[in-house]
Amino acid sequence: MGAVNLDILLQQILNGLVLGSVYALVALGYTMVYGVLGLINFAHGEVVMIGALSTLSVSRLLHNVFPGLPGPAVLLFSTLAAIPVCMLLGYAIERVAYRPLRRAPRLAPLITAIGVSILLQNVAMVVWGRGYHSFPAYVSTEPFQFFGATMTPVQVVIIAVAIAIMAGLMVLVHRTKLGRAMRATAENQSVAGLMGVDINAIISVTFVIGSALAAVAGVMVAANYSIAHYYMGFVLGLKAFTAAVLGGIGNLGGAMAGGLLLGIIESLGAGYVGDLTGGFLGSNYQDVFAFFVLIVVLVFRPSGLMGERVAERA
Amino acid sequence: MLEVRGLHVHYGGIAAVKGVDLEVASGELVCLIGANGAGKTTTLGAIAALVSPSAGEITLGGERTAGLASFQLVRRGLALVPEGRGVFGRLNVRENLEMGAYHRSDREIGHDLEKVFALMPRLQERCYQTGGTLSGGEQQMLAIGRALMSRPKLLLLDEPSMGLAPLMVQKVFETIQAVARDGVTILLVEQNARLALELAGRGYVMEGGCITLAGQSAALLADSRVREAYLGE
Ligand SMILES: Nc1ncnc2c1ncn2[C@@H]1O[C@H](COP(=O)(O)OP(=O)(O)OP(=O)(O)O)[C@@H](O)[C@H]1O
Ligand SMILES: [Mg+2]
Repeated sequence: MGAVNLDILLQQILNGLVLGSVYALVALGYTMVYGVLGLINFAHGEVVMIGALSTLSVSRLLHNVFPGLPGPAVLLFSTLAAIPVCMLLGYAIERVAYRPLRRAPRLAPLITAIGVSILLQNVAMVVWGRGYHSFPAYVSTEPFQFFGATMTPVQVVIIAVAIAIMAGLMVLVHRTKLGRAMRATAENQSVAGLMGVDINAIISVTFVIGSALAAVAGVMVAANYSIAHYYMGFVLGLKAFTAAVLGGIGNLGGAMAGGLLLGIIESLGAGYVGDLTGGFLGSNYQDVFAFFVLIVVLVFRPSGLMGERVAERA
Repeated sequence: MLEVRGLHVHYGGIAAVKGVDLEVASGELVCLIGANGAGKTTTLGAIAALVSPSAGEITLGGERTAGLASFQLVRRGLALVPEGRGVFGRLNVRENLEMGAYHRSDREIGHDLEKVFALMPRLQERCYQTGGTLSGGEQQMLAIGRALMSRPKLLLLDEPSMGLAPLMVQKVFETIQAVARDGVTILLVEQNARLALELAGRGYVMEGGCITLAGQSAALLADSRVREAYLGE
């Protein structure tokens, strides 16, 4: 191992931040649902995928109907169309798959979640086919120099939008009446009910908000890698779940920090795994790091970086 | 104001409340006393729709409450201060109080907040402290203040003296008295039978899921069975 090249290091960190922004947005969905229901919504990754693919379909349509529309506008409008689709999907998942099992043993909704996940993948496979779709560069992917590293405009947009959304969510949760009711519900459902909070409505809102974030995240990954397919939600969902656990599941700040941190860990890992193993493992082992992190956290600090006692909600 | 007729509640196969009848007229302060496990909390839970009765009828302000969820009862003027207080530990004092006014959208919420602070100055000092960091007595005050923020017509209190030092119990009871004087109808559940009976106009004694005695507080305080079982004489 030679001296660390600072430009390369910066590059890895930037890549990690882009990746981490996406993880953070998706992790928020896991963590919010866990906060109010104590349940891991393993179908959440599929909502990300549906977000990306519906955006793709709407954008193709828009592009055909209004050929002169600039790329960023096409992407913006099609994302705005995909968000309500995902919100509706998130709402439906909760109503159909989880609400009837509210009082069931904890294993039941977990199995249902996996079922919903497989169902959504298959529906997507039927609707969008098995193949990989190239996601057009509506926002430029032409790299530019940034302090010795390169970045693309789409990456800048990803980071900026993610920051704006996360700030907006924090304001919603900590400064509004709805957010107060969400926090109260997360803490004690029956007492929140005694305050006049319609718990079912709050749970629905939580799923709907998480799904909107997932839709945006889906567009981000698709735009960043210029690719979308029916299977893209699975690994992404698992990694975002890892990020949520890393940050401390149930904790919003934790999901954000966990997402960014996981993105950076993964990016640095992928960048240096060759050096570290003397060329034995290549950067295609990137995915290993996320799951290594998951195992380490679960073994040594299951409550995550910012989490409290998780066992309390048994 | 409140009428409970033939209330039965089961947990699984076990009967916790077995045919309770009680009523609280508008403006009254009534207490419900009894030993551990008598079914007092369960009775309040049924009134507030936290548990569903297996039989019986509950009417609030002349209307049957069957089929209503607890969040809907708040709009009909019911507030319950639960056993163990149920303060939101991660919300600060002000947010806890604002949660009490959740169903309201009128302009007098701020005014009511001032009123609660006037009644419980300690809460104002602790305004931005999270609920979980308050002392037990402060939490009890907060739970009562939060319930008042909903402008209840009927206030149910479940063992407000639980786990408090005598001086604090005194304070909490003074607060309850002030609330009652303000015109709020109160049903008070207590293990501290003497204090409860001294405060309330009437009382019910509950044992093994049934009401075994009922009457004016003075009569109950003088009753030999009450004296023996609940006043330690
Ligand atoms: N969630 C529950 N599941 C099963 N049984 C319960 C449950 N809650 C209460 N019980 C049982 O119902 C009976 C009445 O309980 P309840 O809490 O109403 O009594 P209580 O009079 O409030 O007692 P305490 O003074 O100790 O608070 C008890 O035997 C109790 O064990
Ligand atoms: Mg009790």
